[in-house]
Amino acid sequence: MSVLVNKNTRVLVQGLGKAGRFHMAQMVQYGTKVVAGVAPGKGGTTIDGIPAFDSVAEAVKATGADASVVYVPAAGCLDSILEADAAGIALCVVITEGIPISDMVRAFAALRLRGSTMRIIGPNCPGIITPGECKIGIMPGYIHRPGPVGVVSRSGTLTYEAVWQLSERGIGQSTCIGIGGDPLIGTTHVDALRLFNDDPATEAIIMIGEIGGTAEEEAAAFIRKSVRKPVVGFIAGQTAPPGKRMGHAGAIISGGSGKAADKIAALEQAGVAMATNPSEMAATLVKLLGK
Amino acid sequence: MKIHEYQAKAILKAAGVPILEGRVVHSAKGAAAAFSELGCAIAVVKAQIHAGGRGKGGGVKLVRSAAEAEAAATAIMAKPLITYQTGPHGQKVKTLLVEQGCAIERELYAGIALDRASKLPVLMVSSEGGVEIEVVAHSHPEKILKEPIDPITGLLPSQARRLAKEVGLPPALWEKATQFLQALCRVYVEKDLSLAEINPLVVTKDGQLLALDAKMNFDSNALYRQPGVVALRDLDEEDPSEIAGQEAGITYISLDGNIGCLVNGAGLAMATMDIIKLYGAAPANFLDVGGGATKDQVAKAFRLILADPKVTGILINIFGGILRCTTLAEGIVAAVKETGLSLPLVVRLEGTEVEQGRQILRDSGLAITTASTMADAAEKIVKATAKA
Repeated sequence: MSVLVNKNTRVLVQGLGKAGRFHMAQMVQYGTKVVAGVAPGKGGTTIDGIPAFDSVAEAVKATGADASVVYVPAAGCLDSILEADAAGIALCVVITEGIPISDMVRAFAALRLRGSTMRIIGPNCPGIITPGECKIGIMPGYIHRPGPVGVVSRSGTLTYEAVWQLSERGIGQSTCIGIGGDPLIGTTHVDALRLFNDDPATEAIIMIGEIGGTAEEEAAAFIRKSVRKPVVGFIAGQTAPPGKRMGHAGAIISGGSGKAADKIAALEQAGVAMATNPSEMAATLVKLLGK
Repeated sequence: MKIHEYQAKAILKAAGVPILEGRVVHSAKGAAAAFSELGCAIAVVKAQIHAGGRGKGGGVKLVRSAAEAEAAATAIMAKPLITYQTGPHGQKVKTLLVEQGCAIERELYAGIALDRASKLPVLMVSSEGGVEIEVVAHSHPEKILKEPIDPITGLLPSQARRLAKEVGLPPALWEKATQFLQALCRVYVEKDLSLAEINPLVVTKDGQLLALDAKMNFDSNALYRQPGVVALRDLDEEDPSEIAGQEAGITYISLDGNIGCLVNGAGLAMATMDIIKLYGAAPANFLDVGGGATKDQVAKAFRLILADPKVTGILINIFGGILRCTTLAEGIVAAVKETGLSLPLVVRLEGTEVEQGRQILRDSGLAITTASTMADAAEKIVKATAKA
């Protein structure tokens, strides 16, 4: 078991530029069932061995794809997301960084109006992986191994860090979800926690947050109320100054909100074992489970 | 991206939001001439810098004659303006806004920001104008009234009327308030703002609504489609090393400590800053070379760190995903060979092509200390710089 993606997930790639093609090849190599690529004007051809289609709708009809991954440049992502939804895609993983906020406001508003049930992961995220079964995104596959820990994070490389620490200790992962560093994202910490909490194969959770917004505080409230599995947390940006955007568009302390200290306090109160040292995320989990 | 008050007011004026008559000047003589030209009994001379807190910092002065305007301008421009947002060195004032005075009846607040939970921009209005909204949000959250802005309809008149009524405006002013707030919301959406604040929004004794101050931040992801906005950028208000970083495709933010950091990924970069602090030192910068960095970008990033005189040691922490460890290692070796290295350098490499990357560093013959984990790296650099 796992959450959202597994060996049966049929993946379609939107955006076959240099990055899209590179990562499509990596996904195929990992063993992901990549069934189609969408490249308008190239329908009927194959790109790197994968059948290409002019539209998402045609690709879905021909291949039964149920998930898509978006590598389209930022200016085209509003269109790509809504096209995926219109074609009946169930899971849309948006890797692209730098999408205008107002485009995502409109995308989410349009999806609400349509009554869409499509789940979005991202944007500005590394993607999602169920080790040994399905990798959708840009994470290095080899650091993962199958196992019982669910990982959810707003950051890319910091997720790799946590996964690597786990794998080094022989602890595998059920599914790892990079939810993305933008202020508006489709899948939040709370959404991911709910999925992990309901997944029988997930026995413990590592949640990595960062400064900005109140998603971690909301996660803390949810954990306190509903999560019945051990959770280890880490918050990046404890030393970040206010008013400065720390790389991610969403990682900014503004108007006294979004501070690391508040998030850490909320999570600790909810019973989360907080790693104060980012080098000890897995160690904190081991200690927690050993008790 | 931030702009000046006078620029934000020009945008508001073009959208139909009432503002006071004013002149933008760059000298004390100019301020005097502007006062005479405005022909009013009272005017305000306002320093134009991007940081907030100008009033408390002495950057806003009330004047009653051309001579007073000149004196006020001279005083404001004489030394860097220090506010709670500028840092201890302050910001040099090059531009002044000389604006008509007005008889204020009430001060309100109007602002628009993104609400992450509802995924919509939200218009906020408060009776507590002239005060920092964060303070109000903390002490009297019930005094901040909110209405979401639907991307299909924009702000509806009924929403604006509700805010006008509940903030205590008399019915005679509801129409003006509606026009004001709708125009503000239109600007927010059309110009791709990430924040708009009118603080204070004043009601004058003769029943006008005016934007007495204006602050706008723009979504940097949307600047590609806002050429008019990009033209308003004032590079003098930004940190030169941060600009150099942007030009190289790197996110660089200078901080107060002494350990230079070079990291890939924003989250890992923040975590690296945190771990340096944990081991008793402080980071000199945040630096994210990005996922797809090239050898050249890595070298540029390295030079940026070396250009900071505060730096007494460098920590490189890379978890290679898309960015291969070999690319990173080649970039470092190239940069070090070019610039020389007199500072301690600790490198922690993990991820894609890690063994080859480490080999490149070993083969370079450079005095590079390698580390196996983040903690190991932080400990080593803190120790090395403490000795130095």
